[in-house]
Amino acid sequence: MDIKFNEILKEKKSDISKRWLEVILASYPNDKSGFLMNQQDRFANPIGYTFSTGIDGILEVLVKGEDFSESISFLEDIIKVRAIQDFSPAKAMAFIFQLKTIVREALGKDIGQSQINLALLEFESKIDDLALTAFDIYVKCREQIYELRTDELKRMTFTLLKKANLMSEIPVQEFEHKDQK
Amino acid sequence: MAPKVKLPKPGELSKIDFKTPATDWMDTPVEFKPGTYCWGAKEKDLLTLGLPNPRQWSPADEDWKIPEGWESTILDGIAERLSKYRSFKIFMDICVRCGACADKCHFYIATGDPKNMPVLRAELLRSVYKKYFTKSGKFLGRLAGARELNMDVLKEWWSYFFQCTECRRCSVFCPYGIDQAEVTIIGRELLNLVGLNIDWIAGPAAACYMKGNHLGLEPHAITGNIESMVDDIEDITGIRVNPTFNRKGAEIMFVTPSGDLLGEPGVYTCMGYLMMFHELGLDYTWSTYASEGGNFGFFTSNETAKRLNYKIYAEAKRLGVKYIIGGECGHMWRVLNQYMDTWHGPADFLEVPVSPITGTVFENAKSTKMIHISEFTADLIKHNKLNLDPTRNDHLKVTFHDSCNPSRGMGLLDEPREIIKAVCNNFYEMPENTIREKTFCCGSGSGLNASENMEQRMRGGFPRANAVKYVKEKHGVNMLANICAVDRAALPALMDYWNPGVGVTGVTELVANALVMKGEKERTTNLRFEDLPGKGGNE
Repeated sequence: MDIKFNEILKEKKSDISKRWLEVILASYPNDKSGFLMNQQDRFANPIGYTFSTGIDGILEVLVKGEDFSESISFLEDIIKVRAIQDFSPAKAMAFIFQLKTIVREALGKDIGQSQINLALLEFESKIDDLALTAFDIYVKCREQIYELRTDELKRMTFTLLKKANLMSEIPVQEFEHKDQK
Repeated sequence: MAPKVKLPKPGELSKIDFKTPATDWMDTPVEFKPGTYCWGAKEKDLLTLGLPNPRQWSPADEDWKIPEGWESTILDGIAERLSKYRSFKIFMDICVRCGACADKCHFYIATGDPKNMPVLRAELLRSVYKKYFTKSGKFLGRLAGARELNMDVLKEWWSYFFQCTECRRCSVFCPYGIDQAEVTIIGRELLNLVGLNIDWIAGPAAACYMKGNHLGLEPHAITGNIESMVDDIEDITGIRVNPTFNRKGAEIMFVTPSGDLLGEPGVYTCMGYLMMFHELGLDYTWSTYASEGGNFGFFTSNETAKRLNYKIYAEAKRLGVKYIIGGECGHMWRVLNQYMDTWHGPADFLEVPVSPITGTVFENAKSTKMIHISEFTADLIKHNKLNLDPTRNDHLKVTFHDSCNPSRGMGLLDEPREIIKAVCNNFYEMPENTIREKTFCCGSGSGLNASENMEQRMRGGFPRANAVKYVKEKHGVNMLANICAVDRAALPALMDYWNPGVGVTGVTELVANALVMKGEKERTTNLRFEDLPGKGGNE
């Protein structure tokens, strides 16, 4: 990534992360007391904590220009929360694209320089990649909600089915036998 | 000298955000989205229980098929309860909106939805109370926070009173001691007057009414399930334990939630009871009639709870036992500890519980004559009466989730911890503001552990899971212990979603794994048939 662009990003990182958090929390319009933003205790306010640490983690990796697979766990933490909060898929994931606007605003006048402009395009492609990864995570979370329901049913009934000889587990020895072939 | 007051800078003062929500809370009706509510109670179950307005209905429909004149049914219901329960009247009158409870509810914390603030959840009912039962509300209406009772309000009650798990965390922080769980309990009673319960509560309550337990297990199914556990115990330990059923003249009757008889990981806890009682040579019996410790009637109405609870003392009397021991359960203990004695006491045909092994007199149960298995086990451990090998649990890094009702409801805080420390070498507490009296709910209590509301459950349990995540990352915790059947049923899903790799166990399962029984063969697996570390088995 362009050195100058990177320097600007590093310099404005805390502004960007603050703004990004504000934008995400704006998707909870009912939270008028500002609880999600202001309560700093990570156990009293797990959403605020997950988002603020997640954002910092993702930005850190993006600014350093590292491979964003490093930041997947942070992204996963945020998406897990968004996936169960009554949001439509678009609303749940909008925050990733909003980062583009935030970075453009943070660059201010500098955006006019052709060198910066090119670097910005490159950076925005990274955000697009991030969005695709986020989409995978989101779908995985939603699928898991349904899996949890079936798993729960299995836990409730498996012993009964086994007892009635309607279901049986394959003994471990049989697996070993197959492995040897 | 008075301390210096720090004045805000002009810049800070100008940062006030004047935005208000698009609509006032009173003008924001509830939306019913799949995944966030439970199915409505079925016609057949309300018929079985003799509850009003049995019919097929769905919360997703516009028409909930509520009979004409329902408004006066509800208002009469409020009037009756105001005169019957002083606590209800006080809770309606004294709240000063200090907000201490506001951010203590796990549902609020995980959604930011203000109607999940305990203060506003109570206000949903209080606003109607004001309109019809106070002068200020009658004359000033909305100015005094009063509103008319209409169908939108009724639907809102149904949505939010079935989004409260009656965990009472908020009441710990209320300077007046307002117990939001009681407001929810009354709210649900009122809803039941017009046939508005949820399927996951009405179904088990009806089964319990007919068969004696929530799962509807008939006597042969109960004995059959326990017999198959006995077979498994023999495979693992080489010892055949010999439980008895409905045996007259036994010293102790044992009652546990039926969840322990069926379904994982509850059955392993049940195997634990069987093994420990056998090892002690306890003179006890199971009952296939009093086969449910839990009480889903408690989530319906006082009357339903009372009816379902009756069998416990009745069976103890019939069998002629001296006292009762109860298994690991949550709300069961709020009912037994705080309601049973009033409903069906005094149990003067029973004796004050005395441990036959240690001689300890359980003065705390002087009146109810029923003690919790954790009190019993902790006492055994204190007197060194169990031969334990905690290294068998060395592969586990355990943390303990205080179940809301035993911890906040009856002060059972240290006993389970003492037990865990004696049977496990690796025990780590979650942070202070998430355990003991301040414990976070599993998010599925008070009958909300259905599966159709999985999304809502994952939200409600997020604060709990978040604290588990902390000890998982810091200490490598891989097992979440608890003393509640609903926890054992609900927490596995919560852990799978938020903290994959963390298992769920009852405390007595940990005890049984560590318990060295007289004449047992060398154990190679634990109760789940998983290899014990370093002991061979299927390795």
